[in-house]
Order: sequence, then structure tokens, then C-alpha cells
Amino acid sequence: MRQFIIFVRKEFFHIFRDVRTMLILLGMPVAQMLLFGFAITTEVRNTKVAVFDPSQSMETREIKERFQASEYFSINEEIHDISRINDVFKYGDIGLVLVFSDNFESDMLHGGEASVQLITDGTEPNQASMITGYATNILSQYQREVSGIDGIPFSIIPEIKMLYNPQAESAYNFVPGVMGMILMLICAMMTSIAIVREKENGTMEILLVSPMKPIYIILAKVTPYFALSVVNLITILLLSVFVLGVPVSGSLTLLFGVSLIFIFLALSLGILISNLVSTQVAAMLASGMGLMMPVMLLSGLMFPIESMPQILQWISAIVPARWYIEAVRKIMIQGVEAQYVMREIFILLFMALLLITLSLKKFKTRLS
Amino acid sequence: MTEEYVIIAENLTKKFGNFTAVDHITFSVRKGEIFGFLGANGAGKTTAMRMLCGLSHPSDGKGIVAGYDILHESEKVKQNIGYMSQKFSLYEDLKVWENLRLYGGIYGMKDKEISIKMDAVLRSIDMQSEKNTMVRDLPLGWKQKLAFTVSIFHNPKIVFLDEPTGGVDPITRRRFWEQIYSAAASGITVFVTTHYMDEAEYCDRVSIMVDGKIKALDSPQELRKKYSASGMDEVFQKLAREATRKGD
Amino acid sequence: MIKFLIEKEFKQIFRNSFIPRMIIMMPLMMMLIFPWAANQEVKNIKLSVVDNDRTTMSGNLVRKVSSSGYFILNSVTGSYTDAMKDIDSGSSDIILEIPADFEKQMMDDKHSTVMISANSVNGTKGTLGSSYLASILNDYSAELRSDMMQNLSISAVQEPRSFSIVPEYKFNPRLDYKVFMVPALMVMLLTMITGFLPALNIVSEKEAGTIEQINVTPASRFQFILAKLIPYWCIGFVILTICMGLAVCVYSIIPVGSLLTIYLFAMIYILVVSGMGLVISNYSDTMQQAMFVMFFFVMILLLMSGLFTPVGSMPDWAQYITILNPLKYFIQVMRLVYLKGSGFFQMIPQFLSLCCFALFFNVWAILSYRKSS
Repeated sequence: MRQFIIFVRKEFFHIFRDVRTMLILLGMPVAQMLLFGFAITTEVRNTKVAVFDPSQSMETREIKERFQASEYFSINEEIHDISRINDVFKYGDIGLVLVFSDNFESDMLHGGEASVQLITDGTEPNQASMITGYATNILSQYQREVSGIDGIPFSIIPEIKMLYNPQAESAYNFVPGVMGMILMLICAMMTSIAIVREKENGTMEILLVSPMKPIYIILAKVTPYFALSVVNLITILLLSVFVLGVPVSGSLTLLFGVSLIFIFLALSLGILISNLVSTQVAAMLASGMGLMMPVMLLSGLMFPIESMPQILQWISAIVPARWYIEAVRKIMIQGVEAQYVMREIFILLFMALLLITLSLKKFKTRLS
Repeated sequence: MTEEYVIIAENLTKKFGNFTAVDHITFSVRKGEIFGFLGANGAGKTTAMRMLCGLSHPSDGKGIVAGYDILHESEKVKQNIGYMSQKFSLYEDLKVWENLRLYGGIYGMKDKEISIKMDAVLRSIDMQSEKNTMVRDLPLGWKQKLAFTVSIFHNPKIVFLDEPTGGVDPITRRRFWEQIYSAAASGITVFVTTHYMDEAEYCDRVSIMVDGKIKALDSPQELRKKYSASGMDEVFQKLAREATRKGD
Repeated sequence: MIKFLIEKEFKQIFRNSFIPRMIIMMPLMMMLIFPWAANQEVKNIKLSVVDNDRTTMSGNLVRKVSSSGYFILNSVTGSYTDAMKDIDSGSSDIILEIPADFEKQMMDDKHSTVMISANSVNGTKGTLGSSYLASILNDYSAELRSDMMQNLSISAVQEPRSFSIVPEYKFNPRLDYKVFMVPALMVMLLTMITGFLPALNIVSEKEAGTIEQINVTPASRFQFILAKLIPYWCIGFVILTICMGLAVCVYSIIPVGSLLTIYLFAMIYILVVSGMGLVISNYSDTMQQAMFVMFFFVMILLLMSGLFTPVGSMPDWAQYITILNPLKYFIQVMRLVYLKGSGFFQMIPQFLSLCCFALFFNVWAILSYRKSS
């Protein structure tokens, strides 16, 4: 046991000595949390609006004022030449053009064909849909008020409730994703590179002829990364609650439990990769291409899985981070009971066991 | 007088923090001579040589190589010298001829000039058949032979060789020295560091460095006489006994 | 003599077992897989309906919603609690609750209120999901209205004061997410390849020791750096061309603007990222270090570039920071040219910014490269 502690200490020294890498390991979660928490959002804010209003009437002025008053819009310019619409989008950062029909006022009041065209920049489809949605809300609200609720027969009025995240803040969605990504990066990528470096330098051979059991050597290598992951996990949760204001709604114990399973899984994955490759560069590429890409793309971190083609959805099922992120979202944001995340926990446990068996088997065959 | 000396060092010093690697060394090397730079590991030979080649700035003192100041005109110095480092540093993923062509080109040789000279030098070192061999596939002795050839390919005034024969057998070393002799015969001044004392005997003059300082400088014969020793080995033993610095 | 240095870089690149394969494989992967996955489109929303009314009218409403294409009907239950269980277990994303006397209210009061509860952990999905649902409700009530009016043949009813709302999407009328992502993904790929390879390049010469032999030659820092840049420049053009070809073949995405503009901007942009890579390489001691530092910066730059989420949505302080993000400008340019057909003169600010970055990083790369210590 004493030997083991000495080994672990040696591994810690190795990590602490490379200050630059160390800084990145500890700084990465902080930077990512701040970025995802504040900068990476899809919220619609302050969309600049241009207006084409040939009638310049009381009614259109009222509508414009409502847009100006809304938190989503600010009226930026009036255009007088309808043919300039394309230019407005090409030069400026206008997101919406309101085009009132000619004689809007009289048509509206006297049963004519009054219309408001909402022209959005469709470049970014989601932004365009959301902008259109918000603008439609303002217009319908106005319409209902001027015509009285009884004015339009057979209307269904939706009352919308946003569950868990009433402000639709992006941080709620991203925090669990960042946890999955960071833990995967540190546990799997760093562990595999660290072990392969020893192989490359030939120091692994020296360790293997020492009286330590090989399994302890691997455990000693893995321990510092395990510790780092736990530190990062705690950092992320603290940042999430106190800086981003994303609370932990569910059970903290359950959250840590699931996270430990995931860390365990990621470490086994790191060991497995280190068994398969022989150079650091290969380890970097294998973990970069084989781990980071799938985590970024197929884990639901940023892109909803259910929108993907079926085949990618199947592939995403073997990405461990997907199940972890899903479980964390449920526990942390939705605050569900353990029974609702059983499926995710079982899948993660199964994957972890599979990976550790595989990597131990590989390790043994390499020794003999 | 100065035209005769192609390397002049005056109180050349290099400090790394508190550690003085090279401590006020003063010497000069004549045109066309083979100058041996001897010393134990860690004595400061490589550091001194790197300063003379313009790879490292001196902390103090002055050096003139091929008529140019090593501090202010290091790029002009580089135009006139060749260098072979201790660690093999040609491109392993290029072929023999490609390495020669690259370095010839860097020193401003024309395509035609390069291809004519390439055949001549490869013939002289008996490596024509290896012209298309990838450098990583050559044995160590051949690699060193090639590295030396590359370092004098552009016909420099001076060539600096840092432990050129480390790790090869005596016969290969012997052949290597034949190459050095023929380079010297063609007018190239050779500045060579080594810790093989038998190689010191091949030099016109040798200096012996201990703890960053030059302890002795003369022709091998004179040094043997002065220290009443039978060979350079014994001279070195007597001087090195005073060393306090540990080898690396 | 720079010719010889460039020649050497090319030979090394082509002899590498990995780089040439990457130049072909990466664009294929990026163009064939990414646009399908890197997609924030909201569709296949799982819906639970709580139908407290159970009348023909509520039944028709449910049918209308489930046949819209946006929603997959998960369950029709009788209680909100059951529906919430579906949300908790993840088998449902949104709940539509129809009140008990829905049909009666519609017939008597001429209006009724339904409840939409959306799981908004993913804010975009929650917002869009509920607004899709709301617009389907709107359509349904319009249909109902015209049916009823005809049946009752109330032609003489006074038209209410109303106007119609006509949405129109410019540049991307079908709101296809791929059209939005593909041009930007090309930027991402260019950044990864022409950024990471130079970052690993100089430091690998340091590790191999070959840099020492170059440092002792009269080759100047400028020549050395330029010789390193040019191959990546060519690689960048090859990659960009492959990507644009694939975009046409696979997705029929053709730039509205001119190819020349794209190449002109790419020319400057590759210099920016390669220069950045070389700077990092100059300061690194090992390839692993260079890789991590580069990874760290590229990740931040990518996230803040508007690639995945719009720059306009960021808070003001973050928007100020993005002024220093070269990726932002090139992504803007690619989207402008691809979707809106903007010409060179409409993008002078982006051009000047990119030129400044290119100058800055490459001068820095030359200055930070030390031939002697």
C-alpha cells in the first residue's frame, strides 16, 4: 500500500510540473462554463427592425410603438423604398422588416385586405422562426385588443407554460452538456495520453518489471485524473449554481452517483485507448476524433438528437456521454426521482463494465 | 595578421542564471587548421561552439568568425560556416539527395551546381547507391558521414563539428577522420569537439576545457611534452583531475 | 532559396502517412455527416395530449396537431399528472391540455383556452415547440371559423377589424438548417486543418532536433515562416474546393455570390489561422502542449464565432470580445456570399479585419521564432 501511495504521488508530480497543461485542465471547465452560460445562447434579444410604412397612420404608429416597447425588438430604421429590402439585409444587421400594406388603416377599419408582412432573414432558421413567432404574438395581441375578444369567433387561445426554465435560458440546457464533455476530455483523453507517454519513453517497461502488480500501476496512473475530474465536477456545479444561477433541483447524491459512474466509464475508456495505440500523437487523434467529435455532435450537448436522421440516432446510442447528459438534465434541471433515470444509469453501468473488462483483457494479453 | 585567423574569441562568456557555462575563454584558430576542442561532458564545449555558430548569444566577450562579429553579424557568420550537431539533425523523412539539395539551396547554390556537386560528393563518400534512400533507413555511421558531407556541401570557410563520431566503432571513426582531413586539405578550417583522446592526436592544435575555462592550448606534441605525458589521454587526466563540475 | 524550403515542406507533407489521408477524409466526414448532426432544427417533438373534453371537436384538434409533421403523438391521457410522468421519463416533450368543456365553450362563447406546457430545459426547443403548436391551433380555429360561417351562411356578418399576418423568410425560404450550417462548417474545417497542422509543425522540428541545422544556416526567419505557410495555403485551397464540390453534389448548395470572393477571403483567412498555429508552435516545447493550447483557443473561438449560436444573441460584453475573433468574420463572409450573394464591396470591414489578423499573427510568428537563444 505504501508503494502505491508513492506511485500516486509521483503521478501527481508529473501533472503539476507541466504548468501550461495543468492550467488548461483546470481552466477549461471554467472557460467553458462561462462561455456556455453567458455567451452561447440562442435567445432572441434586441432584434433590429426596419419598417416600411406607406400609410403612416395612427394604427401603424401604435403597432410600431408596441414593437419598440418589446424586449425582443428595437426599431432601427424606416425604409421608404420597398426595393431596398434586400440591401437592408445585406449591409446592416437588420433581423426583421415589417411591411405594412398600402392604406393599411382604412383597409383594416373598413373590411379591406390589410396585411402586415413579416420579412425575416432566414439565414439562421431558428432565429427566423423565433423572431416571426414573437412578432406574430405582438400583432395578434394588438388585433385582439382592437377588435374585442368576441370579434373573432371560434378562436382558441393558447396559454403557454414553460416548464423548468421559464426564461428559456440556454445555460439550463448547456450545463449538463459541459459536464459530460469536460469529464470525457479529462478522464479519457488525458489518461490515455499519460499512459502512452510512458510507453513511448520506455519507462512503462521499467515500471512493469518492478514488484508492483500491473493493475496497481494503472490504478496509480488513473488516480490523479480521477481526483482532477472530481475537482472539475465540483467547480462546474459551484459555477453553475452561484454564477450562472442554474440550480440543482434534484438530489445531489444521485447527481454525484451518476457522475462517478460516468467518470469510472471514461477512465476505462482512456485505459482502453492507451492499450490500442502506441504513440502520443495517435492517442491524441484517437481521443480527439473518436471521443471529442461524437461528444460534441452526437450527445445532445448542442444539437437535439431527435432531429437527426435515424442512423445518427442509432449511432448516438453508443455514445456514453449521451446517456450521462440526459440523466444529468433530468436530475439537475427537471429534478426527477431516481426511478426516472434508471434506464440511463443501467446503460452507463453496463457500458462501464464492458469497457473495464475489455481494457483489462487487452492489458493482460499485452503483458504475456 | 587577422586575415590569417578565421576564428577569434576574446573573453567569450555564457551564463545561464547563476551558472557560468563558458567562463571568459580566449583563443584563435588559423585558416586551414584542424582545431580540436576537448573537454569532459559538461565542460562547456557545446555551449562555446553554439556561440561561435550564432545559435546562442554570448553573455559577455567578443567573437569574430570568418571576419564577422558573432553577436551583431550572426547571419553573415552563418553564410560562411557549416555545422554538424551532436544529435543527428538532418531530415529523416527526406531522401539522401533531397537533404543535400535542400541545404545546398538554402546556401544559395543553383540547381545545376547542386546536381553536379551532388554526384561528386556522393561518389567520394561511396554513397551513390544510397542516393534515393530515405535517411531514416541509413545506419548511424552513414548518417554521420552524410551529415558531415551536408555541412561542407556549400564549401564553407569553416566547419564546426560537435562530437561528430559519437557512438560508432573505431573503424568508422577512422574513416570519418579521413573525410575531415580531405576537407581540411581543400582549405576548410575544421573546428571539432570531441572527448575521444585518440582523436585529439589527429588535430593540428587542441584546447582543453575544464569547468568552462580553457586550461591548455597547443599542438598535441607540445602538450605531451609540457605535461610529460605519453599520450593525450594522460594530459587530459592530469588536467581534468582539477575539475569540480560533474559531467552531465 | 525559399524554393528549396517550400519543396522540402511539401515532400514532408506528402510522405507523412497521415496528412494526405486527412486532407481527403476530413472534408468528406465534415460535409457528409456534420450537416445532419450539427443541426438545431426542432422537429419530431413528442407530444402528450390531455383531452378532458373527448368530443368530436377536441378529437379533430388532436388529429390536426398530430398530422402536422412537427409532432409525434406519444399518448392521449385523461390526467395532467400522467402526462407529467411522460415528461419526467423523457418520453414526451410537450403537453397539450384541452379543457373539459372545450366544444361547449367554442359553440357558446365562441372561444376557449387550452394549456400548452413545454419542457424548456432546451429553451429553443421549448419556445419553438410551443409556438409551432400555437400556430397549428390558430390554423385550426381559422378552418373552424370558415366551416362554421359557411354552415350558418352568415354572409352578412360584419367583418371584424382585422389584418392578416404574412411571414416571409428571405434567402432561405424553406428554413433549411443545412443551408445555414454548410458554409460555416467549411470554415470550421479550414480552421482545424490549417490551424492544427502548423501548430504541430515547428514544435515537431524542435522535438526531432532538425530545427538546429536550419538555425545555423543563413535562411532568414521570414523565409522559414513563409515556407511553412505556403503548403498550408495550398492545402487550404484543396480542402475548400473539395468542400464546395461536395456541398453542390450532396446538398445542391451553391453560393449565390461569386466563387472568386470566397477564394479571396479564404486566402487571407488561411494565413490568419496558420499564423496563429505557428505562433503557438513557437512557444511550445512539446507537441502535446501545442495541441492542447491550440485546442483550448480554437474551442473558444469556435463557440464564440456565431457558428452554432448567433453572435447577436450574446450579451454585449461577449459581443465586444468577438471583435477579436477572426472566425466570426470569415463565417459571416461565407454565409453572406453563400446565402445572400453579397459582393466584395459589401464586406470591406470583414476584409480589413481579416487582413489585420493575418498581418498580426504572421509578424508575431516571425518575431517569436528564435534562431538563437
